[in-house]
Amino acid sequence: MALSTGRASGTTRDLTAGAESARGRGGREPGPFRRAASRHWYAWAMVAPVVLVTALLIGWPLARGVYLSLTDATEANIGRTIGVNVIPSTYEFVGLENYVGILTSGLFWEKLTWTVVWTVACVALHYGLGLGLALMLNRRVAFRSAYRLLLILPWAIPGFVSAFIWRYLYNSDFGVINAMLRAAGLGPVGWLDDPTLAKVAVIAVNVWMGVPFMMVAVLGGLQSIPGELYEAAEVDGATPWQRFRFITLPGLRTVSSTVVLLGTIWTFNMFPVIYLITGGGPGSSTEILVTYAFREAFTSVRNYSNSAAWGVIILLLLVVLAVVYRRSLRKQGEVW
Amino acid sequence: MSSVTAGTRPAVPAPTGRRARRRGERGVSASILLHGTLLLAVGISVFPIIWLVLTSLKPRDGWLSSELELFNQPSLDNYVRVLTGTQFPTWLLNSVIVAGLTTVLGVFLASTTGYAISRFRFPGYRGVMWMLLITQMFPVAILIVPLYNLMAGLGLLNQVPGLVIAYMTVAVPFCAWMMKSYFDSIPREIDQAGLVDGLTPFGTFWRLILPLARPSLAVTAFYSFMTAWGEVAYATVFMSQEEKRTLGVGLQQFVGQHWSDWGLLTASAVLIAVPAAIVFLLVQRHLVTGLTAGATKS
Repeated sequence: MALSTGRASGTTRDLTAGAESARGRGGREPGPFRRAASRHWYAWAMVAPVVLVTALLIGWPLARGVYLSLTDATEANIGRTIGVNVIPSTYEFVGLENYVGILTSGLFWEKLTWTVVWTVACVALHYGLGLGLALMLNRRVAFRSAYRLLLILPWAIPGFVSAFIWRYLYNSDFGVINAMLRAAGLGPVGWLDDPTLAKVAVIAVNVWMGVPFMMVAVLGGLQSIPGELYEAAEVDGATPWQRFRFITLPGLRTVSSTVVLLGTIWTFNMFPVIYLITGGGPGSSTEILVTYAFREAFTSVRNYSNSAAWGVIILLLLVVLAVVYRRSLRKQGEVW
Repeated sequence: MSSVTAGTRPAVPAPTGRRARRRGERGVSASILLHGTLLLAVGISVFPIIWLVLTSLKPRDGWLSSELELFNQPSLDNYVRVLTGTQFPTWLLNSVIVAGLTTVLGVFLASTTGYAISRFRFPGYRGVMWMLLITQMFPVAILIVPLYNLMAGLGLLNQVPGLVIAYMTVAVPFCAWMMKSYFDSIPREIDQAGLVDGLTPFGTFWRLILPLARPSLAVTAFYSFMTAWGEVAYATVFMSQEEKRTLGVGLQQFVGQHWSDWGLLTASAVLIAVPAAIVFLLVQRHLVTGLTAGATKS
C-alpha cells in the first residue's frame, strides 16, 4: 500500500473506504472484508472504472428497461421537461401485460423465426466460408499475402458504409447487379422489393461483411497448430480428410467456440445491415427482433414499454443461449 | 519445384528429406482450382468496393445509368459537392472527435481491466468475466430507451461525452476480453521480476506489461475506433441536432425513401472508408495475434 501511486489509490478510494468503515464497526480484529480488500485492492482498482461505468450505463438502464416493460409507457404519458415545465409521468404499472401481448402475437413468432434463420444462415456461412478460405490461405500458395489482404478488405469498411454500398448495388434501376443481368440478357430483379429476395439480399451482405473476421480468426488458430502433428499423422498414413477431422478441427476448437458464440450474438443483434439496407421492408419482412424493437421505440407513437419488453425478451433469449453454450463447452473441458 | 511430378504421391514420405513433404505440393489442376477459388473469393470481396470508387468518380448524374460502364468522363465533381455543398465536413469532425475519445479511453480501460482479470484471482472475478460477456449481448433496443432518458436527465443528449460513454459500454467489454487473452500469453515471470525489483502491481503493468502488449493495444484501439466510427443506432437517437450529427447519421440524408443522390453518397463513402481502411491495413497483421493469442495458447 505504501508504494501505491496517486492515481491508483484515487480509483480505489471507494473500496478502501468501505473497508475502513467495516473495521470501524468490527473492532481491532481485521474483518474478512478488510483482509480481502488489502489483498485484492489493486485488482479491484483496475476493474473498478469498467464495473462502475457498466453498472451505471447498463445496470441502471437495464433495471429501468425491465421496469418500463412492466408498464404502459408511451410517448404520450411519459414524464418530460419542456423548457421550465415539468410534465409528470402518468403511465401505470400493468404487470406482464406487454409480455403476454407479445408472446401471443403471431408477429413475435414470425420475427423470431426469421431472426433465427438469419442468425443460423449468417453464422454458418461466415464460419464455413471463413474456414474454407483460411485453409486455402494456410497452404503454401503463391501471392498468399496479396490474397489475404484483399480478402480482409471488406472488414476495413465501416458497417454503415458497406450497407449503403450494397443498397446501391441492389438498386433495381441503376444497380450494377441488375445491369449485369440485363447485359446477360436476363430481366432485372427487384432485389429489395420481394420479401424472399430481400431476405437473401441482406444475408448476402452480412456474409460479405462477416467472413473476413472469421477467416482471420480461424487462420490464427490454424497457425497455432503444431506442424509436427501433421507430419506424425502422415507417417501413420492418415488421409487428408482424417488429418482435417482429427487434427485441424480439434486444434481449432477453442478459437471456433469463441468466434461462433460472438458471431451468433453479433448477428442476432445486427442492426445497421437491416436498418440501412431494407429498413425492415418490404413491409416488415426483413425486420429482425432488434430492428423491430428499435422501430417500436423511435418511430410514429413511441411505444417505450413495448419496445422494452421486446428488448428483455431478446436479452433472455441470448442469455439462455450463452448459458447453454458455455455449459456444453465446460463439458468438453473448456473453462473460462 | 520443377522436380515435383504432378499426381505421383509416395505412400510413405521419404524419411530423408523435408522437401519430400506432400503438404503444399499440388498437381497443376489442384493449383488451378485453388487459385481459381481464391480469385473468385477476392473478386466478390473487392468488387463492391471497386464499384463504389468507380461510381464516385462519375460525373454528377453518372450513377443514373442502367448501363454497365466502368468509366464515363471521370471527374471529382461528387467530391467537390460533398465537401463544399453539404454538412459532410461537420459530420466528419464530429465523428473524428467521438471516435478519437472512444479509442483513447477505451484502450486505457480495456487494458487495465484485461490485466486484472488475466493476472489476479480476486473475489468478484467470475462476476466481472460474466459481466463482460453479457454486456456483449445487450441489444440496443432494451438499453436505448432508458439510456436516452438517462442521458436526457444528465443533460448529455447532443453532447459528445454522452455518445462516447455509450460507445464505451459497447467497445470496452470486448476489448477487455481481447486484452485478457493477450496478457495471458505474456509470461507471469515478467510480472514477478517486476515485483521483485520493487515495482508496484501498477508499475509492473504500466512499465513492463503494456509495452509488451503493443500488438494487442493496436487491435483494441482499432476495434474501439471502428465501433465509434461505424455506429448508427445510438448516434441516430442521441444526436438529433443537425450540427451534432456523426457520419453514420448524416449519410442517411443522401438516401431517402423517394429521393437518393448516389453521387454524393458514394463520394462520401469513399472519404469515410479510405482512412479507416488505411488504419486497418496497418494493424491487420496484429489482428490475428491480438484476437487469438490467448485462445490458442495450448
